[in-house]
Amino acid sequence: MNDKNNLIVYCEIDDGRVADVSLELLTKGRTLATRLGVKLEALILGDKLDGVEQQVFPYGVDVVYKVEDERLYPYTSLPHSSVVINLFKEIEPQVCLMGATVIGRDLGPRVSSCLTSGLTADCTALEIGDHTDPITKTEYKDLLYQIRPAFGGNIVATIVNPEHRPQMATVREGVMKKEIFDANYKGEVVNLDADKYVDPASFVVKIIDREVEKSKVNIKNAPIIVAGGYGVGSKENFDMLFELADVLGGEVGASRAAVDAGFVEHERQIGQTGVTVRPKLYIACGISGQIQHVAGMNESSIIISINNDPNAPINSIADYVITGNLEDVIPKLIKYYKKNSK
Amino acid sequence: MSLNIVVLAKQVPDTRNVGKDAMKADGTINRAALPAIFNPEDLNALEQALQLKDAHPGSKITLVTMGLPRSAEMVRESLYRGGDDGVVLTDRPLGGADTLATSYSLAQTIRHLDKVDIIVGGRQAIDGDTAQVGPQIAEKLGLPQVTYAESVKVEDGIATIKRRIENGFETVTCPLPLVVTVNGSADACRPRNAKLIQKYKYAVTPSEKAQLSQERQRLVESRPYLNIREWGVADIEADPAQIGLKGSPTKVKTVVNVVFQAKESKTIEGSDEAQLEGLVQELIADHIIG
Ligand SMILES: Cc1cc2nc3c(=O)[nH]c(=O)nc-3n(C[C@H](O)[C@H](O)[C@H](O)COP(=O)(O)OP(=O)(O)OC[C@H]3O[C@@H](n4cnc5c(N)ncnc54)[C@H](O)[C@@H]3O)c2cc1C
Ligand SMILES: Nc1ncnc2c1ncn2[C@@H]1O[C@H](COP(=O)(O)O)[C@@H](O)[C@H]1O
Repeated sequence: MNDKNNLIVYCEIDDGRVADVSLELLTKGRTLATRLGVKLEALILGDKLDGVEQQVFPYGVDVVYKVEDERLYPYTSLPHSSVVINLFKEIEPQVCLMGATVIGRDLGPRVSSCLTSGLTADCTALEIGDHTDPITKTEYKDLLYQIRPAFGGNIVATIVNPEHRPQMATVREGVMKKEIFDANYKGEVVNLDADKYVDPASFVVKIIDREVEKSKVNIKNAPIIVAGGYGVGSKENFDMLFELADVLGGEVGASRAAVDAGFVEHERQIGQTGVTVRPKLYIACGISGQIQHVAGMNESSIIISINNDPNAPINSIADYVITGNLEDVIPKLIKYYKKNSK
Repeated sequence: MSLNIVVLAKQVPDTRNVGKDAMKADGTINRAALPAIFNPEDLNALEQALQLKDAHPGSKITLVTMGLPRSAEMVRESLYRGGDDGVVLTDRPLGGADTLATSYSLAQTIRHLDKVDIIVGGRQAIDGDTAQVGPQIAEKLGLPQVTYAESVKVEDGIATIKRRIENGFETVTCPLPLVVTVNGSADACRPRNAKLIQKYKYAVTPSEKAQLSQERQRLVESRPYLNIREWGVADIEADPAQIGLKGSPTKVKTVVNVVFQAKESKTIEGSDEAQLEGLVQELIADHIIG
């Protein structure tokens, strides 16, 4: 078997394609693996995986572990976790990254529980660094810093797992950037025999029906986002934001408070527990700017804040601050845009 | 067939309403400024349990919670809405637990209950948003898990669960026993029932009972259903190495207050029409819009 102590990414498969979140993690994983001086490995489970390794090699993957079996697609918890657990016992990775998706958040905890390895959910940054235990003074070299906002967003915590391996973290889609490392990069493929890794008794959950539709909302790639917060006040008031987004050719996003209040659907939520976006223009309407929200949008090129509180935290990261009621300001922006754009 | 149902629920600070007074001057969190609430998705889990009980008369709902002694409020909340009893797991050495130590402690608690058919919890707790404890309990107990559930039905020992997945839904079946975690978009929990409030308002744990008047203590003693179990490490025969801070593989290295890199921003009065129009023109000229 292969050498141990590497960095591995659990790759999700959707319709024969490796999910974007997994490619983003491979991109991040490549940087971290280089820094650690170890190999970057990818684990791919599913059915009809012919040639799937070609999708991941350009991201700098050194080893692809493939487990092909028709019972492994679509994902179910127990069979996938048994493969991951059994493989990890053999190859003892030092770091394992997964998407903070429905799959990753179902699989990660199960694996971490069995291997007694710590798992940090929804990281917004990953780094390598040293650590000294404050009590025992034991020194640890090159740990994975798992960085995430915590507790109402007033703080950012750096979590480490000094003693346990693998160090596990999940990251949401869009948080890391996806970047080809080398189009001609070639790694090795290791085909694993499903029967050796999956206990037949683990197929207890049966999928009897499955409906998926491509999401209608595409805020992740929208160049312009008009985002509304709790300050928008109602579902009806959101119509104004839809109109502004429509004339500008953008999409509508929202804060969690606006989603929780039922103003708009969850798919539009931006932030730590929503989507991360980097549009060229972000118009924040009635959003105060808590860290969990800002974590998902602060890389926008231009930020405009419309808020009736001149001291709203979001204003400090905005390029333009419009102080006033959004009910007054938005219709005027629409009017002046229509007047000046032709 | 009646079911033995465990509901997992956590008392959490209401992080949805973190105000300015939530942070102390020294940068630490002022927990006292945040009200403690029933974790929202755990109420959705309780509702699924109550619906199972409606469909399977004679079923019993036991609420299990780990936290401070005042988490007994969680058990009462469940009793007021139709639950049957509960266990408060509370003990100093359990403090500082990460999700792994929490799930171990809760799994040990469940092992010390009568045989359980189904364990329902919330998808995630709002104080951390980790969604790890449910699947980890399932693993510890060697049970299958179904996460992100919208509805749970049981027939002939088989659960049928509709669950949310990325961009859609899935319906799965699984034989009992199993662990299910429930989404916030599932049915909202029914309100408290006035009769049940009357019946259970003096339900207390032993440590709460000690604070009561002699007379009321006697009342509690005369009615077994008013006695809420309060367990510690010894009651669940926990391995000291696997609980609390010591049993937590994840350590918090640093915590920093959030300070944003402030930008040089241009301020415009919303009532100043000329400035607003100027901004729109500037954005068009810079090809940001248009
Ligand atoms: C673990 C965790 C994860 C989280 N994840 C996310 C996440 O992914 N995304 C997210 O957004 N949040 C998230 N949150 C919640 C976050 O902490 C904030 O509660 C939320 O972002 C606040 O939303 P808001 O700014 O819309 O509401 P508020 O904070 O209530 O702000 C409303 C703003 O509107 C302004 N306003 C009011 N009326 C008007 C008006 N008429 N005109 C103009 N302005 C007006 C007010 O001045 C105020 O600034 C998370 C929280 C936790 C604990
Ligand atoms: N201390 C606790 N006591 C009881 N249940 C808990 C506790 N912590 C977590 N849970 C359950 O596990 C779910 C997920 O929690 P978390 O992993 O912290 O997001 C919660 O919704 C609860 O149902």
